[in-house]
Amino acid sequence: MMASIQNLIADNHFVVFSALKVVVVIFLALLPMVAYAVLAERKISAYIQDRLGPNRVALPLISSIPIIGPFLTKLGFWQPMVDGVKSFLKEDFTPAHVRKVYFWLAPAITLIPAFLTVAVIPFGSTLGNEKMVIADLDVGILYTFGIVSLGVYGIVLAGYAANSKYPFLGGIRSSAQMISYEIAMGLSVIPVFLLVGNLNLSSVIGYQTGLLHILGATMPLPNWLAFKQPLAFLIFWVAAFAETNRLPFDLPESETELVGGYNTEYSSMKFALFFMGEYANMITSSAMMVTLFLGGWTLPFWGLDQPATSIPMGLAHIGIFIGKMLCFMVVFIWVRWMLPRFRYDHLMDLGWRRFIPLTLANILVTAFILWVKR
Amino acid sequence: MQDYLFYIFAAMTLICGALVIVNRNPVNSAMFLVLAIASMAGLFVLLHAFFLAAVQVLVYAGAVMVLFLFVIMLLNLKDEERRRIKKRGVVAGVFAVAVIGWSYYRSIQGADLPTIASADRLEGATIPLGKLLFTNYLLPFEILSVLLLVAMIGVILLSKKDLK
Repeated sequence: MMASIQNLIADNHFVVFSALKVVVVIFLALLPMVAYAVLAERKISAYIQDRLGPNRVALPLISSIPIIGPFLTKLGFWQPMVDGVKSFLKEDFTPAHVRKVYFWLAPAITLIPAFLTVAVIPFGSTLGNEKMVIADLDVGILYTFGIVSLGVYGIVLAGYAANSKYPFLGGIRSSAQMISYEIAMGLSVIPVFLLVGNLNLSSVIGYQTGLLHILGATMPLPNWLAFKQPLAFLIFWVAAFAETNRLPFDLPESETELVGGYNTEYSSMKFALFFMGEYANMITSSAMMVTLFLGGWTLPFWGLDQPATSIPMGLAHIGIFIGKMLCFMVVFIWVRWMLPRFRYDHLMDLGWRRFIPLTLANILVTAFILWVKR
Repeated sequence: MQDYLFYIFAAMTLICGALVIVNRNPVNSAMFLVLAIASMAGLFVLLHAFFLAAVQVLVYAGAVMVLFLFVIMLLNLKDEERRRIKKRGVVAGVFAVAVIGWSYYRSIQGADLPTIASADRLEGATIPLGKLLFTNYLLPFEILSVLLLVAMIGVILLSKKDLK
């Protein structure tokens, strides 16, 4: 029995390990992270507004453990579970006037791209002999942009399927917003690839090892592209807010003027899927920013910027990656409760008349410097 | 495996392409066009042209078609759904398809198709493709971009309400 399993693994090494990575990354990492990102959002918003946030849900046995039990309850640790059960048990109401096919498809189309993008992101160096990336594509970044650009269909179709005013306006707004900021986002990473000379995300991380050199002098900073291309980093970051429909750019669902935006007609689990899609998108764009601008799984000391040779090192790399990602997640949440919403024309103005010219100038300057230096 | 995938993607492309023109609802047509484009990207992947596949999805499915949908949704679709097929349209369509099909047939017949062994030249195509575009095919490339610019200026001119 064991021998036959080992044979199977040896024969289909690539398939088995790829499948394993997909299962672990999606179901054991991404989905729990989505659930706890929602909890973090509620907790952080509560603290910002001087409230306590969810602190009631208790499990029968665990909560009677002294100190740890009540602490987890106060933290709201079990809240995501209860939220999940709630959204499954609620009535799944389909209004009579909706276009059924699209109404069913839209929530799925919102969620799938967020999961597909994870495939090319290197979330660690190596663990044993396995590279910690699901698919090490040569065109990694283009793949990501391609898949991310499909995410807008979910929202547009949700707006169209609902067949009523406010969701429709939300869908229209979001398609305009996402197309505009996708251009700025795509242009902002071009200088990165001019410097790296490769579209593969693993080589982008390989480029960002060691310390920063400016005009021959070594700086006490890591050689991260965030320091070499601060403008690109900033624009990418802001565009990521717009692409994930987060405040200050959450125009598609601005509740004061659109009721709830594209998801107004949805209830129960279908609504929850949109909700999960938003958080999954936040996680993947945080992961992208870490990979592109903050050196991915590397840290510039203790030899942590070389591929791991032992299992603990490999685990440390994964930990570093997740740590950096969580920082971005906290900022995503923090900003939402700190800044007011943009007006729609200001949003478009910022995208087309500020960011796109700035990114184009950045590309030209970077290319010029590279041309002079060679 | 690769052969089966080819047949699946090819069938998807053709079926979705047919559904684009058969459908009366423009939104459905647009969505099937997206599917057709995505399955064409699958065909590119089977040819190891990853760059083309990614760009195909990024530009056509992700940007152009979203704009299409955007415009379609803002239009009043009632007339479009009621419209009858005209005889003249059918004749023109058949003629156009015949001309394009004939030219395809002739150019495939005349070309010496690469055998399977030479297919790996396409591998890792980003850098070789970029080099080719900026050396051997620079002039066609630039002419194409000027063409797009002309189209864009034309649209701006047409959409201006008061021409001076």
